[in-house]
Amino acid sequence: MATTPAAPKTNRIGLSVIEYRGGKSTLCAGCGHNAISERIIDALYEMGVQPERVAKLSGIGCSSKSPAYFLSRAHSFNSVHGRMPSVATGTVLANRGLMALGVSGDGDTASIGIGQFIHLMRRNLPIVYIIEDNGVYGLTKGQFSATADLGSKLKTGVINELPPIDTCELAISLGATFVGRSFSGDKRQLHAMLKAAIAHRGTVLLDVVSPCVTFNDHEGSTKSYKYMKDHEEPLQDINFIPVFEDISVEYDPGTTLEVSMHDGSRLRLRKLEEDYDPTKKIHAITRLTEAREKGEILTGVLYLNTQAPTFLDMLNITDEPLATLPASVVRPGREVLEQVMEEMR
Amino acid sequence: MATTDVGLHGSAQRPAAAPVVNNMSIQVATVNGSGSQSSNTVLLKTIFHMGVPVSGKNLFPSNIAGLPTWYTIRANKDGYVARKKEIDFLVAMNPETSRDDVMSLAPGAAVLYDEPLKLSSLRDDLIFYSVPFDKLVAPVCPEAKLRKLVKNMIYVGVLAKLLDLDMTEVDNALRKQFAKKVKAANLNLAAVQAGFDYAGASLTKHDPFRIERLNKNQGKIIIDGNAASALGCVFAGCTVLSWYPITPSSSLAENLIEYLKRFRVGPDGKATFAVVQAEDELAAIGMVLGASWAGARAMTTTSGPGISLMSEFAGLAYYAEIPAVVWDIQRVGPSTGLPTRTSQGDILSTAVLSHGDTRHIMLFPASPHDCFEMAMDAFNLAEKFQTPVFVMSDLDLGMNNWMSDPFPYPDKPIDRGKVLSKEDLSKLGGFGRYKDVDGDAIGYRTLPGTQHPAAAYFTRGSGHNAYGNYSERPEDYEGNMERLRRKFENVRSIAPGPVVEKMPNAEIGLIAFGTTHWALTESRDQLRDEYKVATDYLRIRAFPFSQEISGFVRSHKRVYVVEQNRDAQMFSLLRMDLDNDLVAKLRSIARLDGLPIDARSVTEEIAAMEEK
Repeated sequence: MATTPAAPKTNRIGLSVIEYRGGKSTLCAGCGHNAISERIIDALYEMGVQPERVAKLSGIGCSSKSPAYFLSRAHSFNSVHGRMPSVATGTVLANRGLMALGVSGDGDTASIGIGQFIHLMRRNLPIVYIIEDNGVYGLTKGQFSATADLGSKLKTGVINELPPIDTCELAISLGATFVGRSFSGDKRQLHAMLKAAIAHRGTVLLDVVSPCVTFNDHEGSTKSYKYMKDHEEPLQDINFIPVFEDISVEYDPGTTLEVSMHDGSRLRLRKLEEDYDPTKKIHAITRLTEAREKGEILTGVLYLNTQAPTFLDMLNITDEPLATLPASVVRPGREVLEQVMEEMR
Repeated sequence: MATTDVGLHGSAQRPAAAPVVNNMSIQVATVNGSGSQSSNTVLLKTIFHMGVPVSGKNLFPSNIAGLPTWYTIRANKDGYVARKKEIDFLVAMNPETSRDDVMSLAPGAAVLYDEPLKLSSLRDDLIFYSVPFDKLVAPVCPEAKLRKLVKNMIYVGVLAKLLDLDMTEVDNALRKQFAKKVKAANLNLAAVQAGFDYAGASLTKHDPFRIERLNKNQGKIIIDGNAASALGCVFAGCTVLSWYPITPSSSLAENLIEYLKRFRVGPDGKATFAVVQAEDELAAIGMVLGASWAGARAMTTTSGPGISLMSEFAGLAYYAEIPAVVWDIQRVGPSTGLPTRTSQGDILSTAVLSHGDTRHIMLFPASPHDCFEMAMDAFNLAEKFQTPVFVMSDLDLGMNNWMSDPFPYPDKPIDRGKVLSKEDLSKLGGFGRYKDVDGDAIGYRTLPGTQHPAAAYFTRGSGHNAYGNYSERPEDYEGNMERLRRKFENVRSIAPGPVVEKMPNAEIGLIAFGTTHWALTESRDQLRDEYKVATDYLRIRAFPFSQEISGFVRSHKRVYVVEQNRDAQMFSLLRMDLDNDLVAKLRSIARLDGLPIDARSVTEEIAAMEEK
């Protein structure tokens, strides 16, 4: 008997999850980055983001290859080492209708790209910036990066003697408006944070610890699956309710903080740490410093400000993408040239 | 009694020397930050409005205030505007340099100096005019702290009297200079008048130099190259500027920002442009590439050190085929050194900027008019050929005042190149980003945000096939590189062609580019008139070179390539490009001392080589 296959499940814009997939990953089996790609696919699918509206941007490294492994229906720019922020900035300026999704690594961001990273965070450019953070350089075979923790050990026995750069702490103090840390192995948390990131208007910095199974997943590493499982300290239990899902569930304002996102979505954070307030910069910085001293990896939404003007607001750019403005708009008339010529006489 | 000091001996005692009319170089030596720029502009504009061809060159130190600076105004009835080697009239205001300034003059030159400097005893073959600036400025400028600035206006008045400048034009120029600042204009006018009156009462003219009204500047404008470039970019439809401040290119960005704010804000108050002052030149070019990739007409402006920093991205843009417009306002050397002096020293490094096999389009503006038009050419070429275009201006062109015919309204349409729309994709079904479907070696691109499932492609460096997929296959790499080579070859016939000027029976050819043009024009007349050497002249306007250039070399016995650098960079590029038999005909005249090249030096060098 012939059976009619069930229609594939689709999202709110009528696309199935397969439309959000990318090419086959060439990263190592078990690499944390692959799990992050999966979470990105799920989040974009569930949020009903039109794939063609996304611009994927990356620098150089294992992490920066990963945009090839999700969302093939979006343009992607694999740029040069450490320079994704500038390319992303130009892209967003040219077409403010795009959703910029930047993928970088710890070397790409915290070493060669630290200058551009810092200045991107200052501008509050609308972008979701994900650091796939494993503490080592993978493609060059396992040297420490600048996010490696003090005392962390390489496979070769080399001990890291320099303090790490905390990209989240930097991002918070510099002006990013949504800063979070997660773990590639924490499916539920990362999924919720990515969806909230997509809804945010401004710079989102997500530092996602993503173990390198080949070079940094051994005893003595502070970026291994085991270390993360033992030391992850989630700040909240995160629930994201998109604007198009009309769900009203009672919550206890004493234990749960609800934040309205710019598009009307709601981010509901059930506090696992009673005193933590992610709308206060100083709390975030203090708590991050404490955690580092105790060897904890704090995860969750570290800082959130849904009100700050973005770089596009500051530049007061016209609503239509600059990229497609017609000649009649971008070339002033004859009388303008004549006026300037007269001033030069 | 006249206080004019005339040397008592020798050639200077010749007040009856034949008048020299509308042919002189005036040099004003002051201290950086003393406000002499306004005085010099008034002088320049006065001569300009008297219809005498004129140019103004600022020779300034890398300093905010306190170091010596010189401004040279050349007036020339024949229209020569290059730097003149000899100074005819020195205005010596700077105690620190006055002695050297005087000692370097040729016999017969005139010196107007600040009385306390007591310069007249230094030479007896010059004509000296002593002016008590401090005494003159005090009564016209009661406010003591303004005197330092107003003092410089006094020499304008003294020169006006001595050179016979039209005081009505001085008045007009000064009022325009101070625009709405009526009080400042009046104060400065009083200083000019004080100088004029003093010269009339106390100085006796002994020098032969005079300005007489001509009618050669009808309709013309005075503008610096950076302002002209900025204006060109506005009319070329530039939508994104990212830049990092660096002398001598900053004023291009600053002018552009000013014009964009004036002329490119919509009725709703929203900007049809975006400007970012980037954190460094790496970010500046990165933003340009991101913006161009996404479809904006994006540009940056910099100088040599910035070009070096942009090197890696320039290579990526070449391989990934992303348009970009980069202005290089060339200056001398890296780091400290001579950052405020002109040069044509980035030619060779820019032609092949980055690692691996790269070739870049360069345009060579020689005048503000070129700057204006090449802005349009640069954007059109960048988008047509999907590659970076470098506009190689220099400090002399960018920051100095040049006369120009007014710029014609651009008649060229804005060419956005091969961009596939959603509708195109629906018809085609798909596309190969780097596939040569038209046989011109240029692929079609799509912009991010194009709402079609087949629009997207993956942008990366050299390792891709015709469809933009990752590939390390030898045949893919070679095929792509061969196509890129052909694409670059095709630029030859489309980039701005050379300009050739001929003389009857010329066997000798000259080649130059950029601001060297102005010295060459004058030098050719000197060679013809003084050495009976007729020359044809070709001005290069773009790299890759037009085929016309090899024809020019072929049809001349010897060809001198003249440029402002040590290593004969354009000469070397030509040697790489021309056939061997033609290379043997090339001679190099490459010189750079930090000053704009002058005709006399070129003339003497060519004459000496021709006499051999």
